[in-house]
Amino acid sequence: MTTKQNLYGLTLNQLKEVVNELGLPKFTASQIADWLYRKHVVSIDEMTNLSIKARQLLDEKYFVGLIAPSQVQASKDGTKKYLYPTSQAGKFIEAAYIPDKNRGTLCVSSQIGCKMGCLFCMTGKQGFQGNLTAGEIVNQIQSLPEFEKLTNIVYMGMGEPLDNVDAVLNSLEILTAPWGYGWSPKRITVSTIGIIPAMLTFLEKSKAHLAVSLHTPFDEERRNLMPIQNVYPISKVISEIKKWDMGKQRRVSFEYIMFKGVNDTPKHVKEMVRLLSGIRCRINLIRFHPIPDTVLEGTPDEDIIAFQNALKARGMTVTIRASRGEDIFAACGMLSTKALVKKSEELDY
Amino acid sequence: MNRRKLYKKTIVDYRKVTESVFVLAFEKDFDFEPGQVVAIDVEPEGKPRLYSIASGVNDKNVEIIFDEKPDGKLTPFLSKLNIGDVIYVSKPFGLFRCDDDEAWWIASGTGVAPFVSMIRSGKGKGKILLHGGRRDENFYFSEVVENELEAGNYVRCTSRQPDTRYYNGRLTSWLREQELLPKEIKYYLCGSAEMVVEVRDILLNRGIPFGNIVSETYF
Repeated sequence: MTTKQNLYGLTLNQLKEVVNELGLPKFTASQIADWLYRKHVVSIDEMTNLSIKARQLLDEKYFVGLIAPSQVQASKDGTKKYLYPTSQAGKFIEAAYIPDKNRGTLCVSSQIGCKMGCLFCMTGKQGFQGNLTAGEIVNQIQSLPEFEKLTNIVYMGMGEPLDNVDAVLNSLEILTAPWGYGWSPKRITVSTIGIIPAMLTFLEKSKAHLAVSLHTPFDEERRNLMPIQNVYPISKVISEIKKWDMGKQRRVSFEYIMFKGVNDTPKHVKEMVRLLSGIRCRINLIRFHPIPDTVLEGTPDEDIIAFQNALKARGMTVTIRASRGEDIFAACGMLSTKALVKKSEELDY
Repeated sequence: MNRRKLYKKTIVDYRKVTESVFVLAFEKDFDFEPGQVVAIDVEPEGKPRLYSIASGVNDKNVEIIFDEKPDGKLTPFLSKLNIGDVIYVSKPFGLFRCDDDEAWWIASGTGVAPFVSMIRSGKGKGKILLHGGRRDENFYFSEVVENELEAGNYVRCTSRQPDTRYYNGRLTSWLREQELLPKEIKYYLCGSAEMVVEVRDILLNRGIPFGNIVSETYF
């Protein structure tokens, strides 16, 4: 007996392959995409403009494959953190829904855990358990109880999106294509720590906004905070971004978590201005949300404001991100399903 | 588009080390620093993966080690190659470099590669290598390390094969058992994300400043 495959998460081209394999008319692919991504059905039976035979053939090998969240936690500030099972047995991910006046933002995960090992990140502490499929990424959006209220999507949940670039690009295609959700790419931001080859692929193939985790402009300091610096130094990341026309239709922002006494000094202001000169960008200052056993401390609010003002005085566009969902571990850098990870006997150390 | 250019190389040495781990070598025609990586693929315009160089700067060939992952994007293809086959390789890059000062090197599995390159390049003096593996066969390049590091500076930890020659347990257990961990030296970590974050937490809890911990994870 073969396991049924998900239809949800397949792009139009992939759906064409499915209908071709099943010997169905070519136009069936567009019909299926319409049912999945515009009419949001949950079963093949509901695809009523497909012939009964077509539905039977599909049903033998496929199912829609939406997965509802299995748990929700609500913050006093209205943020909600959802736990989603994945197709990999016993492995879970989290997504954070952040309502704010007329906006509803969902922070989606792209991996189960993360390989990047950033010092300040809770997800990094659980190691890496697997990549999500495009279907599992889009499922976080589609299966969200607040789906109708969503205005923005940020790929800033668990995992490094561009370490799973193929699935992320397929999910972006589903969200923005006319045959898919048909959303504007301006509603979507993809975050990265700067995996250069994948970042270039993303910039070529998608029009969504880019957010780069900067956190310090100094090489040596950054490699202590973020191991990726050893392979893709931030100066190289930025010199690649400078080749793109940013700041008009597509926005680039630089994310900067503020650590007391580490990256919040006047010399950091000066070096950031130098490093980012020539890019139309926004710097997004983020309060550090302490994670268990961390040796880092957050910069006090008044010092964050002073840092912002110092950058603004040098002509930079700088915002301070509101902290949301800290009481339920849903704020920036706090998502984790580590408690649900079973330590593998097959660890290599 | 300014992607890293890949150069055609012929495999000059190829050996299977364990059921899933292989070492391959190609002729060196570029300089590198120990600790650097190369991007490798089996096709010229593919999506190359990164591998640390395991050979020394003065060796004739460049060696890399890889662990075949059944669901991997490249290693199932690399594992079917032979001597004389062609691969595509970038010039070396990366900043995971170590100076001549005393330091501890901590590796899991094939993460030992950059440290082997450092040893083969004459940077083993004053270094302690802590290597974790499931079994004896996972202590890759152990003959190189045994010959070059000072006595007592090579600690092997086996998590699945009790052996009197080795510490029996995970390298994290060995670290936790140490009464004193020097605070003023640098610790270089290379391996799986799980190992790196767990070891880093142990070191930080023992008072090692995070500025003295340099990590590289597989990805």
